[in-house]
Amino acid sequence: MKDENLYRPYAADVALGRCSCGQHGSQHEHDAEAARARSLRGEKAESLSTDFVEAALVRAIFPQDATRRLFLKAVGANAAMAAIASMMPISDLQAMTLDKAGPLEKKDLTVGFLPITCATPIIFAGAADFYGREGLNVTLQKTAGWAIVRDKVLAKEFDASHMLSPMPLAISLGAGSTAAPMVMPVMENINGNAITLHLKHKNNRDPRNWKGMKFAIPFDYSMHNFLLRHYLAAHGIDPDKDVQLRVMAPPDMVANMRSGNIDGFIVAEPFNQRAVYEKVGFIHLLTSQIWDNHPCCAFAATEDFVNQHPNTFAALVRSIIRATAYVNKAENRKGVAEMIAPANYLNQPQTVVEQVLVGRYADGLGQVLNAPDRIAFDPFPWHSMGVWMLTQMKRWGYIKGEVNYKDIAERVYLATDAKKRMAELGLDAPAQTYRKHMILGKEFDPAQPEAYLKGLPAAA
Amino acid sequence: MSTNLSFRAALLSVLLFACFIGIWHLATLPADGGAVSAADAEYAALMGQGAGKAEGFPTPAAVGRTFVHFLSDPFYDNGPNDKGIGIQIAYSLLRVGAGFLLATLVALPLGFLIGMSPLMTRALNPFIQVLKPISPLAWMPLALYVLKDSDVSGIFVIFICSMWPMLLNTAFGVASVRRDWINVARTLEVGPVRKAFRVILPAAAPTILTGMRISMGIAWIVIVAAEMLVGGTGVGYFVWNEWNNLALPNVIFAITMIGLVGMLLDFAFGVLQKMVTYRD
Repeated sequence: MKDENLYRPYAADVALGRCSCGQHGSQHEHDAEAARARSLRGEKAESLSTDFVEAALVRAIFPQDATRRLFLKAVGANAAMAAIASMMPISDLQAMTLDKAGPLEKKDLTVGFLPITCATPIIFAGAADFYGREGLNVTLQKTAGWAIVRDKVLAKEFDASHMLSPMPLAISLGAGSTAAPMVMPVMENINGNAITLHLKHKNNRDPRNWKGMKFAIPFDYSMHNFLLRHYLAAHGIDPDKDVQLRVMAPPDMVANMRSGNIDGFIVAEPFNQRAVYEKVGFIHLLTSQIWDNHPCCAFAATEDFVNQHPNTFAALVRSIIRATAYVNKAENRKGVAEMIAPANYLNQPQTVVEQVLVGRYADGLGQVLNAPDRIAFDPFPWHSMGVWMLTQMKRWGYIKGEVNYKDIAERVYLATDAKKRMAELGLDAPAQTYRKHMILGKEFDPAQPEAYLKGLPAAA
Repeated sequence: MSTNLSFRAALLSVLLFACFIGIWHLATLPADGGAVSAADAEYAALMGQGAGKAEGFPTPAAVGRTFVHFLSDPFYDNGPNDKGIGIQIAYSLLRVGAGFLLATLVALPLGFLIGMSPLMTRALNPFIQVLKPISPLAWMPLALYVLKDSDVSGIFVIFICSMWPMLLNTAFGVASVRRDWINVARTLEVGPVRKAFRVILPAAAPTILTGMRISMGIAWIVIVAAEMLVGGTGVGYFVWNEWNNLALPNVIFAITMIGLVGMLLDFAFGVLQKMVTYRD
């Protein structure tokens, strides 16, 4: 338990210029092997739990880390271990926490999703039974709209659900909803949306001329709404006065475009591609051209659910991260498209889904374009993304008054938790949870949200 | 004479149907396909050409194929979001049945009370008049919030929409039982319970059943809309799911099935109504 312990409570000194155990050629080799052993222990829930208990106990005995180090130096790690073990029932405690932390609190779960490609990891984890590997029995429930998703999550009919990434922030703040603390452990997709215009606008590509046009958006609290508003405002169009924005379900968007009721829409795939397939519209731009690698949809649950079912929640998040990593690989995309296109999931023609996931697509104006990054899947919930969304909610008047950007983003977006789960699966997670983003050629610095907001046109 | 009439009526029905299909067929004849520009083959393939993709409004033949496809296996179950039409209709009927039964349990006794007491009629009338014209679906958001369960909310919406025709018809039927019969019952010193069940109920039964028949018609209309809204299961969800795929033949199929089931329900209540009708 000495060096392989993930928390290394007995390591008094390691960097002495030579290997501290004497079995390795150098301290570097020693460290590398110990790190391997540690990460192996970290992957297994059992050893992780026993190590954690041991570390916590040692920390409780020596609240001051300096004292602990002095003590270990004075008596040696082995003597210290024996001394503590003789006084404290470490193994009993470890067994107790294993009992408590081990089993899943709830195995039969209902998870909601909307039939769009953003939900690919959630759907694929079901289709390929990644949930089953974690011992979960998940029923995936297709849902008709975002408002219903919100209501069903709050009513606890869904244990967790696919959501638009601004929704957990908005619900936690009580914007457009009854306030309920939500958490968002992982993102689903980045990019994966587009602005589609009616074919009659094929020579009207400059947004400065879009005054008086009607656009459909999927939901108020969506990246789609924020990105379209941002894009319009950057081109001198006031999204509240110069154009009409209407909330609409995706298939209604395609139908309304056919009948000419709307001039364009911004929505998740595959409905942009579907409008092309139906010969009613063309893809004006992919949203990656507004903000490359922008967040879109997410996976979220209420804070209550997480507090009551920590192990189940961890298992659920692990299955989704595993699925996210799988579906993000370019070589898997074709097979994934085939798997999620049928009626039980997206219920779309396979070629439409494939054009989105593979990124080689018809643009509706007679050209075949290549955009391998048209949609990508990355679970890490950047706090800086949450801060940007909050600036936009404030900008367009969805939330009022002082906003504590960082606090809210950090409470809802569980980046630390995501790091832990990603590490459990041997995936690399970023060290930071904030970074700067380039959005429409302007840098967004999450440390200066108010300054960024002041620099934007049409700020409320 | 009467058989002759019904034979001619049936003939006319068939003829009208044939005309309808014929016009539909002519109206949806595919436009000349040769006009497609010589765009490159990959683009055409990505647009779904040559992959059996139907353009424009579906033809009767395409819809016919859809009917055969769905009806040949009405009870398949490919997971929670893809079930056969038979299973979906069963879910809808179950919800309608539950809501309707609850409404009956409330509306009939309450209707009796209102019908027999002029005081209660006047006291409850304003409430009924306000609640009656509310579109049942308008209750949905409120129901979802309070009941916290979409299934129960669906049943509640059916309950509330089946309630009023039954309640009003029961009250009206009870109130307009012939005075002579009540007086005879009084002369014979019949107890109130016995009077209610042996005199008033049979006398008011045809009116009550008319109310129930109207309620059932409304309930069947409302369940489709409610299920489209909340999703999950049921024939309304089926319509929504096919609409999500913009698959019009499937939507037409579902609409027809909804109509047929509605007709059968109405027919069943028609038979019941005949059974309780009496001649003065």
